[in-house]
Amino acid sequence: MSTVNANKKKMKAPIEGLKKFNSVKPTTNVFISALFIALALLCFMPALLVLIVSFSSEASVLQKGYSYVPSGWSVASYVYLLRQWRYIGGAFLNSILVTVIGTSIGLVMCSTMGYALSRPNYRLRGFFSIFILIPMLFSGGLVASYMINTNILGLKNSFWALILPICCSSFYIVIMRTFFQTTVPEAIIESAKIDGARQIRIFLQIVLPISLPSIATIGLFFTFAYWNDWMMAKYYLNSNAQNLYPLQYVLISLESNIDFLSRNAQFMTPGEAQNVPSETVRMAMVMISVIPIACSYPFFQKYFIGGLTIGAVKG
Amino acid sequence: MSTTAVKGKKKTGSNGSSFDNLEIFLLHLPTTIWYLIFCYAPMFGVVIAFKNYKVKPGKSFLYSLFVNSKWSGFKNFEVLFKSSYFSDMLRNTLVYNFIFIVLGVVIPVTLAILINNMWSQKLAKVCQTMMFLPHFLSWVVISYFVYAFLATDAGLVNRVLLALGLRETKNMWYTDVGFWTWFLVFLNVWKGMGYNMVVYLSSISGIDQEMYEAALIDGATKWQQTKYITLPTLRPIISIMFIMAVGSIFRSDFGLFYQATRNAGGLVEITQTFDVYIYKALLERPNINMSSATSLLQSVCGCITIIIANIVVKKIDPNAGLF
Repeated sequence: MSTVNANKKKMKAPIEGLKKFNSVKPTTNVFISALFIALALLCFMPALLVLIVSFSSEASVLQKGYSYVPSGWSVASYVYLLRQWRYIGGAFLNSILVTVIGTSIGLVMCSTMGYALSRPNYRLRGFFSIFILIPMLFSGGLVASYMINTNILGLKNSFWALILPICCSSFYIVIMRTFFQTTVPEAIIESAKIDGARQIRIFLQIVLPISLPSIATIGLFFTFAYWNDWMMAKYYLNSNAQNLYPLQYVLISLESNIDFLSRNAQFMTPGEAQNVPSETVRMAMVMISVIPIACSYPFFQKYFIGGLTIGAVKG
Repeated sequence: MSTTAVKGKKKTGSNGSSFDNLEIFLLHLPTTIWYLIFCYAPMFGVVIAFKNYKVKPGKSFLYSLFVNSKWSGFKNFEVLFKSSYFSDMLRNTLVYNFIFIVLGVVIPVTLAILINNMWSQKLAKVCQTMMFLPHFLSWVVISYFVYAFLATDAGLVNRVLLALGLRETKNMWYTDVGFWTWFLVFLNVWKGMGYNMVVYLSSISGIDQEMYEAALIDGATKWQQTKYITLPTLRPIISIMFIMAVGSIFRSDFGLFYQATRNAGGLVEITQTFDVYIYKALLERPNINMSSATSLLQSVCGCITIIIANIVVKKIDPNAGLF
């Protein structure tokens, strides 16, 4: 990958000079730069406000409201969350478990099907291409899925309800198939076959290692999707399964019951319940679910961009 | 398709290993089972829409559905079409999606072309990364961001407006239909802007620089270069994004309409879309008959639109198209 980039840079170098003549006027450049700085701030400032509120003192929020310049700073909300770790930590752990298990299952599902559809001499290839295309066009809809998942599969209030309904997608399979078709040379597979390797071994020991970057891309798609998912919890969990709540769903519960944390009073002494810095705690909770993403996505975004371009190529 | 199939047969014939097909089949068997359970079974579950669904306590779902519930033909749909909220629902879904599709192409394409012309690539990179952030946040988190600005008492907007003397009293933003009508559009653009811009930007950076060079030597202005080189190159990706969007014109972003608005009762006339209604009629105020009828209607209309959109796009550009 890096050598290709280096080559590209070398090839581009002689054009750089010409590019100088072909760039926009200075005033236009100032205008464009200002526009993009404004847009970048527009996308970033709301997150900053919530971050600042989570570190504001409760008194400041009561007096000045949510403000970029609070009258006092405090880490009381985070201390509070730490003390509630049995509950918050449980939700955090649920989110991590759902993300890790869901991503693993999703990768196995999509890569195996993608591999099968990328084999030119697989007899059922045509059939299964249509098999995965049909759900992209028509779905039974939420009600039918909900009825079957809860009544027949028994997924109501189950951990697996957070994972199974969204662990595969035709779109990802198509991306995978295109990846395999373009990055794995047919000759390697043929030669492995001549050496007597079975398909499963070819897939595990040859195809997967070669296409690691693409696996990483789809893995990231899944990771972010699972970490951010709240709809499955909203559909399939109710208050009987509070110990299964992922972080995102705890946030929703906080929204509908301001005193949700105080209700979990079994972890608190009576005096404590009154002193909950509820305004800032909510924002601190938001930050706990945002920070892992905000810190990691700048490093992963190139995979997303790569995945997008390949996904856009029709196979 | 047919040529590859013929080629495939030849290869199996000459290359021996007749186990190949079986092994590959076994490899993707789990995925196949998943599709049968989670995609194909619900397709038959749509019969609920044609039944007067009644649960018989103590009996299984299938018994309740097939034995206990009577066929009602299209009666559920008749009730749905006659109901007072149906026109609102249809209008909200279609009009908002139409606006989102148009803005979802125009704004990101414009931004991609502009950012590509920025002098400082470093600044461009930083801005691009920051604009990517909302794409990675869930609507739950965004609803809190919005709340920090719009909360009646502590919200930043009300505090600033009061401090500047622009308003005498605090505005109840979560009941302000006029404001949310446009704010929903803003939120949708805000969340998707960075992501969609990058989609188009990655196509733009794939364009051969020599084309611009040649155009420059021929005396083309920047605007002409954009019009005759950049936009035509973007056409296939724009068509793909377009059919995907049109194909889901009967779907709405549940997170945007339900979660970001905090399901505020006063906003129902603009936030009730198909998906919001289906959810509410399934879990909040259960009315399975209406919910399943709406759900099926949405799927059927969506299926028809995506097929039509695909045909249209293929007419314009034979190489584009989803299938």
